[in-house]
Amino acid sequence: MSAIGTTTPDTQASPPIKEVVHTQITPSRGWVSLQLNELWKYRELLYFLTWRDVKVRYKQTVLGAAWAIIQPFFTMIVFSLFFGQLAGIEADGGVPYPVATYTALVPWTFFANGLSQSSNSLVSSANLLKKIYFPRLVIPVSSVISGLVDFVLAFIVLMIMMLVYGIVPTINILFLPFFLLLAFTTALGVGLWLSAMNVQFRDVRYTIPFLTQFWLFATPIAYPSSLLDEPWRTIYGINPMAGVVEGFRWALLGTDTSPGPMIFVSLATAITLLVSGAFYFRRMEKTFADVV
Amino acid sequence: MSDLAIRVEGLGKKYHIGSAQKSYSTLRDTLSTAFVAPFVRAGRLLRGQATGAAGLTEVIWALDDVSFEVRHGEVVGIIGHNGAGKSTLLKVLSRITEPTRGKVDLYGRVGSLLEVGTGFHPELTGRENIFLNGAILGMSRVEIERKFDEIVAFAEVEKFIDTPVKHYSSGMGLRLGFAVAAHLEPEILVVDEVLAVGDAAFQRKCLGKMGEVAQEGRTVLFVSHNMAAIENLCSRTILLKQGKFINDGPTNEIINEYLSDNKPLAYGNLATAPRPKSSYRPVLQSFNILDEQGEPTATIRSNDPVTFEIKYKSDELTSNLIFAILVHTVTKTPLVFFQTLTHHGPVERWPSEGVLRLKIPALPLGAGTYRLSVECATSRRPKDLVDVVENCAELTVVAQDFFGTGYLPKTGPHGYFLVNGEWEIPAASNGHMAGAPTEQTTKSVVEKPDIAPTAQETSQATAAASSEPTESTPTEGA
Repeated sequence: MSAIGTTTPDTQASPPIKEVVHTQITPSRGWVSLQLNELWKYRELLYFLTWRDVKVRYKQTVLGAAWAIIQPFFTMIVFSLFFGQLAGIEADGGVPYPVATYTALVPWTFFANGLSQSSNSLVSSANLLKKIYFPRLVIPVSSVISGLVDFVLAFIVLMIMMLVYGIVPTINILFLPFFLLLAFTTALGVGLWLSAMNVQFRDVRYTIPFLTQFWLFATPIAYPSSLLDEPWRTIYGINPMAGVVEGFRWALLGTDTSPGPMIFVSLATAITLLVSGAFYFRRMEKTFADVV
Repeated sequence: MSDLAIRVEGLGKKYHIGSAQKSYSTLRDTLSTAFVAPFVRAGRLLRGQATGAAGLTEVIWALDDVSFEVRHGEVVGIIGHNGAGKSTLLKVLSRITEPTRGKVDLYGRVGSLLEVGTGFHPELTGRENIFLNGAILGMSRVEIERKFDEIVAFAEVEKFIDTPVKHYSSGMGLRLGFAVAAHLEPEILVVDEVLAVGDAAFQRKCLGKMGEVAQEGRTVLFVSHNMAAIENLCSRTILLKQGKFINDGPTNEIINEYLSDNKPLAYGNLATAPRPKSSYRPVLQSFNILDEQGEPTATIRSNDPVTFEIKYKSDELTSNLIFAILVHTVTKTPLVFFQTLTHHGPVERWPSEGVLRLKIPALPLGAGTYRLSVECATSRRPKDLVDVVENCAELTVVAQDFFGTGYLPKTGPHGYFLVNGEWEIPAASNGHMAGAPTEQTTKSVVEKPDIAPTAQETSQATAAASSEPTESTPTEGA
């Protein structure tokens, strides 16, 4: 405990500060800017958190990454039995019912998992929120992105199924990334709203399974949206996932009923969800560390 | 631009406590409150209570109008009792939570270390966690790669670097966490009580690393309850109390001010004194320091005889009692332990009450303020402690010319004990006698035997014999 080594830090010893970053902290009021540049600065953290989610997701499971396939695949089998066989629902354009359903289930599973993961993300990272500063948006964003790995796995199975059924994808497959982005935007938009609300109201956690189940049936997965007549089919696009699912079918299976104006309605809804979600999230952000 | 690193102006942080705002409420609660509140309010108004407030909101200001400035390269300690607002201050400075009012200006990159190993994932390996934790703390991947080997070596986990962290012992996990954080290189470092991790050897290493960081000219804000650590690391200290700024100044002055707040108990009665654990039985009744004449005292001179007196009363336990007195610094560094078992041998039968006296022919402590703690146990093992009273007395030792040279030793930086020894000095041929005292200095000191050592000018004699003493070296003020 001797203080022999102690010295008063010499002010001369401090190195000259070249470029000084000036940060000012003041109480904020009301709506605040999104500070996307800050998010960009923390892109490495985004990368590492995504990477962590991917690495950890199937640790200590027997089936490992197979779970990414089991989920949509078995849902497809159940749907084919009950809706395809028993209820006799037929897919558009003479595509076999299982393929049409699985094509819809692949983006759906990505969406549903992204939604529930991101909604719970803030609460499960409570410890980070309380101890370290970083743009909080990183957390829900990374949890949606990490779902892309599962998507790719499920997508490979889809390719195999198409091969088995002898379906050749159309040139429209080039639009597929756009529909994936649409699913991503929707999942993140809803995820931002729910994750910020979840910090305050833990009810959200219990709402999510119910919400996704309801949303599953409100989306044309077990049935084609062509069951509806115009203009209802376009209005159906208010559910952005309707646009995503029909877009996937159109791009991959070449169902002749191209989704058309429905896509634009879906796009508008998705962007509205994302932007409003982001602003709501930023507004609530300052209370996260105190409330979570 | 000035060399200012941190400027805090009128900072305030308000928290709602009590039932009015729960940390998390259910939607139902909120809806029902929202639904009911207008009626409650209307009812009050009808009854003529025009307060309008629906429910009592208890508010505490965790920080209240705190202002201070820190220059670049300063290492500043922040101390205060629990609930003083230290951690809240660090949280605001590291932008984890927003202030309710006031303003903070930070000039430089801020790194905060409020916890060791934040974001560690048990399923990931040590290697993976280093990258993850580094990124969370704000390091770039390149930076982490560059320092990777250093971090692993510092944490002493080379062998287990590819083992999932969940298989680590808790000590290893903490070491790895600290190692990553210690290699953070921000211009302003904000550290909460995180050094108290791992075993004693690692704690020393952590403190050493913090000292290094401090000497590199980094600006550091350091919160701790460990006064010895604060004393060692910080040149300046800020004292907070219940969210308010109390004082700011040289570390030893502020520490003394802080400690004077929890003054040792009045001499005599220990029966009602607070015990560190509720399970202790109030066996210890009183404690006194007696001088040569047997009179109670609080001040002795270095190497004076002294007697410590314990009165005890134990109705149930009367066999194999062991009493002990610990002399320690105000910052709790133990100095001497006097125990009946080691000094006297085991005593099987004890009367149900009595007085013990420990006579010390000469207490060779250097000048300064010391504290004493008393304990009673039933066997040698510490878990069999029956009663402990910490800080039960304060003993002030004033200097006297112990070595008869006229030079007073400095307590603290030069140790706490005075032990005689004889130097054999090579004789210089041309009569230059380094360090030989002159008649005059010897005399002047002898005339003022209770002169404080800090006031004593450190002469060549001491300087030549030890490391360079500094003006800021802490000395428990007399």
